[in-house]
Amino acid sequence: MTTSEAAVRERLTRALQERDEEIADRWVELQMEQALLDTDIGEAELREEADALIKALVPGLQSGVPVDRVVTSTPVLYEAVVGLSLRRARAGATPTATSLAVLALKEALLRAVQRDTRDAEELFASAVFMNRLLDVAGALSFETYVEGREEIIRRQSQQLMELSTPVVRLWRQVLAVPLIGTLDTARTQVVMENLLQAIQDHEALVAIVDITGVPTVDTAVAQHLMQTVNAVRLMGADCVISGVRPSIAQTIAQLGIDLSTILTRATLADALAAAIKLIDGPGPDGDEGDGR
Amino acid sequence: MALPGESILASRGTKVSARAQSRRPPAPATYPVRTEEDLLTVRHAVRAATVEVGFGLVDQTRVVTAASELARNAYVHGGGGTVTLEYPHEPSGRRGLRLIVKDDGPGIADLDAALTDGFTTGTGLGHGLGGARRLMDEFTVRTGRGEGTVVVATRWTVR
Repeated sequence: MTTSEAAVRERLTRALQERDEEIADRWVELQMEQALLDTDIGEAELREEADALIKALVPGLQSGVPVDRVVTSTPVLYEAVVGLSLRRARAGATPTATSLAVLALKEALLRAVQRDTRDAEELFASAVFMNRLLDVAGALSFETYVEGREEIIRRQSQQLMELSTPVVRLWRQVLAVPLIGTLDTARTQVVMENLLQAIQDHEALVAIVDITGVPTVDTAVAQHLMQTVNAVRLMGADCVISGVRPSIAQTIAQLGIDLSTILTRATLADALAAAIKLIDGPGPDGDEGDGR
Repeated sequence: MALPGESILASRGTKVSARAQSRRPPAPATYPVRTEEDLLTVRHAVRAATVEVGFGLVDQTRVVTAASELARNAYVHGGGGTVTLEYPHEPSGRRGLRLIVKDDGPGIADLDAALTDGFTTGTGLGHGLGGARRLMDEFTVRTGRGEGTVVVATRWTVR
């Protein structure tokens, strides 16, 4: 078995070197036929990927690494499979289509080997070898694909986080942050950064944090709110928390969280009224005399 | 990365209120608490369960908040655990929702202190456990040093 494996390797390597064009053509053709690539990856790109991967297989086979580790331990080959899978993931191909595309290479390869030998024994040995070689590539491709998708999800949730914490100017020197969703540590950080920066940019005196869209206010959320209020105060501005619904008010009170030091209002409108009173009231530098 | 403890699959929550009325409570469902995102899943599941049982808005908020506190405790202090939802009902027709929050963490060394407001071993506010107790009708904690913690908390509908 082992002697014949060396022979199979050699035969495959030769086929890959001599018939690279043919294998690449066939592989691209097979992928197009599968019509699984419901994406905008063009034939030219497929061809480019195919050329790179086929070229990378040669040093892999020559390295003498056990067949089921060839793909993972040949850097150039590994990169080729990973690169291909990531491109597919980004282009929106399904994971099945992605691994099937990689596995289609088997057929293209076997066909090339068949050109050189008709010996059933040898062909069988080649097929077995190729299966073991490329099944790993298929699995790796699947894994990479999933990782690629997860990366996309991570990026999107980050984008979502920034999108969903806009700081809007409601009035002269009054800013508001309408919070929607859960307020966790990461989100608080983003809110706080955006808000403090906006306070500086707009020379705001009051910041309203509206929690109408926050479904649950538990002690962790309350703590994050308090931190935000403290930071706003450190910048010399006042902070009003609005959108405290009856059910939330009862729950906070029962939890035993003391928010009495913080100015709170039931609605955003009330908070705005309170804010305007705060900035118009007699202050150390209450700039009077605009349109009065 | 795999944490010790049994692997548990979250089962689907049945959502037919007509069936709920005919005294066929949904099957208990267990949710893992291993990441911050799991807390979100738990809150959603508990919210859906409170609606299913027929709680009013204030009670819904109470139970969800208590679940959030307990699940966060299991995640932060217990190193992860599980939340199981049960639907107890009495012959009188009173229905309820029971949260069973379990972790295999270090356990609570001094339970009385932990239930006192303002007590915290971490950086939290220290109202979580005591607050959760006030939000629920029945509340028991089984814990011990190195034995993990199990909190069973039930809220009943008023009938």
